[in-house]
Order: sequence, then C-alpha cells, then structure tokens
Amino acid sequence: MSTRIGRAAYDDIAVAVPVTVPYQRHSIRGSHWWLARSLAALLERSGLRKEDVDGVAVSSFLLFPDTAVGLMQHFGLSPRWLDHIPMGGASGVVALRRAARAVQSGDASIVACLAGDTNHVDSFRHTVASFSQFARDAVYPYGSGGPNASFAFLTDNYMRSYGARREDFGKLCLAQRRNAQSFPHALLRKPLTLTEYLEARPIAEPLRLFDCVMPCAGAEGFLVLASERARQLGLPHARILGTIERHNAYPEDPIQVRGGWAVDREELYAQAGVGPENVDFLQAYDDYPVITLMQIEDLGFCAKGEGAEFVRRHEFGTDGDFPLNTSGGQLSVGQAGAAGGFLGLVEALRQLTGQVLGAAVPDARIGLVSGFGMINYDRGLCSGATLLARAAA
Amino acid sequence: MTRPLERPPRKNPVLPTRLPVLPPWQRSRVALGLTAGAAEGRFELQVCAACGATQYPPREACVRCLGTELPWRGQSGGGELIAETRLAHSHDVFFRERLPWRLGMVRLDAGPTVVAHLHGDVTAAPARVRVGARLDKAGMAVLVCFPEKDVSNMADDRQLREMTCDPKYRKALVTDGRTAVGQALARALVEAGADIVWVGQAEPWKRAAGLDTLAALPQVTLLPLDLTDARSVQELAAEIGGKVDILVNNAEHHRAHGIASRPGTDVAQAEMEVNYFGLLRLAQAFGPAMRARGADGQSSAVAWVNVLSVFALSNFPAHGTFSASKAAAHSLSQCLRAEMRAAGIRVINVFPGPIDDEWNQTLPPPKLAPVALARAVVAALRDGVEDVYSGDVAQEWRERWHESPKVLERELALGSGA
Repeated sequence: MSTRIGRAAYDDIAVAVPVTVPYQRHSIRGSHWWLARSLAALLERSGLRKEDVDGVAVSSFLLFPDTAVGLMQHFGLSPRWLDHIPMGGASGVVALRRAARAVQSGDASIVACLAGDTNHVDSFRHTVASFSQFARDAVYPYGSGGPNASFAFLTDNYMRSYGARREDFGKLCLAQRRNAQSFPHALLRKPLTLTEYLEARPIAEPLRLFDCVMPCAGAEGFLVLASERARQLGLPHARILGTIERHNAYPEDPIQVRGGWAVDREELYAQAGVGPENVDFLQAYDDYPVITLMQIEDLGFCAKGEGAEFVRRHEFGTDGDFPLNTSGGQLSVGQAGAAGGFLGLVEALRQLTGQVLGAAVPDARIGLVSGFGMINYDRGLCSGATLLARAAA
Repeated sequence: MTRPLERPPRKNPVLPTRLPVLPPWQRSRVALGLTAGAAEGRFELQVCAACGATQYPPREACVRCLGTELPWRGQSGGGELIAETRLAHSHDVFFRERLPWRLGMVRLDAGPTVVAHLHGDVTAAPARVRVGARLDKAGMAVLVCFPEKDVSNMADDRQLREMTCDPKYRKALVTDGRTAVGQALARALVEAGADIVWVGQAEPWKRAAGLDTLAALPQVTLLPLDLTDARSVQELAAEIGGKVDILVNNAEHHRAHGIASRPGTDVAQAEMEVNYFGLLRLAQAFGPAMRARGADGQSSAVAWVNVLSVFALSNFPAHGTFSASKAAAHSLSQCLRAEMRAAGIRVINVFPGPIDDEWNQTLPPPKLAPVALARAVVAALRDGVEDVYSGDVAQEWRERWHESPKVLERELALGSGA
C-alpha cells in the first residue's frame, strides 16, 4: 500500500519534553492527581506557563465520571483544542497523530499530551469487570481472569501455530529486566533468571507471573508543537517521520495472530522514507510478551511466524543488535493504566533527544514506537505506530 | 474421563458453612437473549433476518449488514477448540474459591469465535467440540464447551456441577407422596442417585395407595406435611430444613370447575390454600435455610422445583379456578426465583399438560404419564434448565402462547383447548 494521495507529511512538527511521573504500586490519589503531576512537569521542564497550553489530549481509564472536559475545569485550563483518547495501549501514538495535525493546521499551537491512572488496591478489578459491553457479557463471567486470560488464549494459540517456546518469551522478559536495572522509575528491577521466569507461579496457563504486567499508578506526558517554537524555547525534540493507526483489523481471523500494523506498515515506511533496517530501536507495546513478537513480525522485522526465531537470533539490550523497550517496558516498569500506552513513546523521545534516564542506545537516530490497545472481546482492537527521528538542534 | 463423584463425608457441624457468592451476573439487555433460550434448555445465537449472519457476542446490530432484526436461532454448537487456558488467578471471589478453572476459545462452525467454560473431558486444542448454553449459579446463561462425544460420568465434572442441580448424592424433599406424580418423582430422584428422599404426606392415617412400597426403598422416609397448615410446614422445616438440597413442591388441589359450574368459593379457596398459600408457607419456612446452604460443599442446596400447570399461562375455562390458582403460584414462583437467586439456588418451574389422573379424567389424550413428568424434572435438574414444558400438550400450548397470548385465550374460550 503506497502513501495515500493528499496525506500530508509531518514536517516542522516537534515532539518534546518527555515526562514520567514516578510510578507507585498503589496510590490513594485519584487519576486527576497523576495527570496534574504530568502537566506540572511539562510546564516546569519547558518553561511554559499554563496559559501557553492551548491544546490538550488526555488518556485515562479511571477519570470517571469525568472526561477530558471536566479535567480542564479541574486544572483551570481554557484550551481551544481538546481531545479524549480512550484507546489504552495505542493512546500514545494516536495522541501524537491528533496533536500533530492540530498544530500543523493551526488549530492549536502547543498541545500537552497527558496519560495517567491511579491504582487503588481494588481498582483494577473494577476496570476489568466493566471494560466493555462485550467483555461484561461474554468474557468476565468466564473465570474473571481479565487480560491474563485473553492473552493466555493468544499465547497458547501462537505457541502451537508457530512453534514459539516459553524460553523465547523468557528471553525478551529477561532482556527488558536488564534494561530496567538502570531506569530509575522501573518498579521491578530485581534481576530475573530464566529458571525463575520458567518456574514462576502459574497465572493463566501458559502464562506465568513474569509474563504479566503489574498494574500500578503513574503518568506520562509530552508536548507537540511547531519545530520553530521548540527551537525558540530551547527544547530538544524529535521529528515525526510517519505514523499509522488501525482499529479492528482482520475481524475475520478466528483468533488474533496479527494486528493492524500488518495492514499499514508499508504506508508507514513509505511515508517515513526509511525501512525496518534503518530503525535503531523499537519500543513495542509489551503487556504480555506474545504481543511483542506479533509487533516484531507485523512491523516487518521478520515474516509472520518467525518471531521466535528472530528472538533466538538477536539481543535486546540497549547494547544489543536490536534494542527493545529500553526502559524495561511495562513488564518491568509497571502498567499505569493508560500511561502504558505512552511509556514507549516517552522513552523513545528520551533516547532521541539525549535525555535518557537509564542506558542509552548508542547513536540512536531513528526509533520505532508501537501501540496496541483495548481487548474489547477476544483481541486487541487498536494498533498504531510511529517512526521518530532525532532532530537537528 | 471424569472421575466419578464420591459420596461426600458427613458434614462437620462445628466448621463454618461457606457462604454463597455468585459469578458475575451483569449483562447488557441484548445479551439476556442467550439466557432466555438457556432457561428452556436451548443454545441460541442471534441470526440476522436480513443477511443470515450468525453473530456473537450479542449485538444491537448485525456485524455484517447492520440489520437490526436479529432473532435468536437454535445452534448445533459444533466447532473447534482453538485455544485454551487454565486460570490459577481470578479477580472474582466466586472463581477464586474454585480455582483452577479451565476455559477455551471455540470457533463455531456457524462462524463466530466464543469464549466458553471448558469441560474436563475436552482434550487439548485443537479438538472437535460441542458448545452448549447453561445457566450458571447467578442464573445467567454461559457457554460450556463439551467433548464432541459423550463420555462416562460427564455430569460429575467439577465445573459443570456448578451449573447443574444433579440429584446425585443430594437430599431431596417431595412435598406430597400420596399421588402418582409424587411417588414417581420420589422414585426418579432415588434412581438419579439422591442420598435421601423425604416424602411428605398430609393426613397420614389415610394410608394412600402405593406409599408402603415407596417407603420400603432405603433412601425414602415418609414424613407428615400438610401445606395448608403453617405449623405442620414449620415443624418439618425445623426437622429437615437445614439438610434439604432439592425441594420438589408437587402438592396440589385440583377440581374441574369454572365459575358458573360451582356456586360459592370453597373449592377455589381450597385450591388456593394448597397451590398458592401452600407454596408461600413452604417458601417462608424452607427458603432461608436453603439460601444459607447455597455453597455448602459438593452437595450444596441447589434447586427448588414447582410443579405448576400449563394452565398457569392462560386460563383453561373448564378448570377455571384451578388455572387461576396455578397462575397465582406461577407469579409467586417468580418472586421466589428472584429471592433465591442471591444464594445461587435455581427455581425450576414445571408446566405439565394435563396429567393422566382422576381430575383430568374427561380430557382427551394425550395425557402426561406421572413417570414422564418425573423424568422431565430429573432431566431439568441435570441440565440446569429453569422452565420445563412437559409433554406434547404443554409444548404445543407454550408455542401457541409464545406466538400470541390473545389468540390462545380466544381459542380456549371457544373450547378448543387442551
């Protein structure tokens, strides 16, 4: 698929100010608190005033009964452009896309993209129980396993269909845990051995403890603005080479073995003018390792079904030949609700703008960020990806 | 092959009884269509009237053509198990108490992929399977994946038994043993493996025919029970109420009268005393103890069966006052069902057509044999069905009533009835 006629490039758009509000396993604060910390950090780090922010994009699962609208009165903001993006793990890429077009068209000049969620002791159960109409009608009454059960099905089928082994998933989890050891905000930094991974307590077979993200509280944020403005403000920033999103791809597949990236990846690379071989690191959505393998395949790094073999042939540390989830990913940092959909994008920005908090990928110039979200019934519906590049200072 | 169930040890009265909790019961209104079919033992999915697409989960519009006429149609349930898991963790208290729990994803031959509870005898994926709908402890329909062909002891599967009311190793009360129906029910429960069957008899001095042979069965014990007498009901509840797992209320008073054929209200009152107030007295006396035992181990309290009449749906004028009393009992049973639901106890309503007994003597055949009714009750307990239309007449009435209650009413008024 070639770039569609009239689909404009993202020239002169800057992505800047990667912000992570340090995560906590549990929090007695509301999601509003976490989003406020993210916005405050964006202002503090950019030197902008609250009044300068005229566009806001918000992603959060636990704002109810509020939406982005209520949040504006909560924060005393009067933006001329506002978006609420309920797309879970794809919300980072989608927020970037929406915000970039808003700035490009002049509908907003500085857009704060915020994602965050709290995590009370019992809030994850509530989120899972009422996640969607299909989940409430046709999934939750079946054992109430939440996403663990859904990904257990996908993992079971993937392993049988393509010969992937638990050791392959384990290799990814161990590499990410090593990456997390230098990342100060990761909640799980204790080194993990393959034996510990393989023999961890079962959660939803074939998944065991270290295959599953740990829910937590946290927030992420970044700014989208014109490159010129970013330079005036002295903000290190990245450029957008290309982006895609897709929802409910391949509905005819009886069980998910691929995501929307496979539909749109050629367009992504064509718009960016680069190929998979030019990518210096990948930030993949990793709530469970099987979905990382699907992204490696669907984003064109190897053919469908060859993900496990790819894992066996490559090393995934920041110093490896295929740096992956360089802050440790959600599997080591934690999954702070919708902030999980921002984590990879924010880390990519840090890698491309010389602001790393942990280990840096040497000479990283182009990063690929991939998002995946919303197990509405039996599969994740939202997918997105973006290629970002280091911008000249 | 499922390991056959073993007789549970005697309960230690010092240990606390586990309190009943329910699996998640929240559903959208459109999803309750699955429950409506499962309540009568059918597995139905939405099939688009415009394009014929079969879909699941239930939707407000057709996933293929956006049509909104989506009648529920019976399914064979054939399909292939394409993925499975065994949960060792659950967010819900009900399942947490019952881990591990096996689940599967099945691609139905009809098209959709469904998530289903996995019967223990289903072999590893990929495997040919058969999906059916069952009511769970919350009274909500869920899908269950069975092996393609039946194997021994299937009903004893640990997960399936949470959705059925199998009499095996359970204790049952049949409220009236004096009738052929009552005796057939008691025998059928014994044959189904019930541990104890208590059989009530009003006016024990009358020594109703057949009771002596019934009482000779080692599982059967006769006890005095008169549903028109609150004290009699309360005394029996005090004696055995805390042990009854399945209560079958078959006691009824039946006379063949309309309004004009019998001046006065004495017959109608006598019918109401047994058929309506009798049920109310039973429910007040036995309901609380049964509700407390909704999760009492392998042989918990599970079901309350009301033998109503298909005349409860629409009045049969030749038996007009009897019809009215059964309609009242039907309405009350819906209240009982709502109240028992919180404890996971199923209320099963049986709507037999005319039974082959002296009160239906003048009605033409076919008439329902008492053993056939008893078989239907045991089948309902085993399959976890909640509304049973027993016999050809009842099936036909149900169909006529379902299609148009008004047309049926007029047909009955014109005498083209049962």
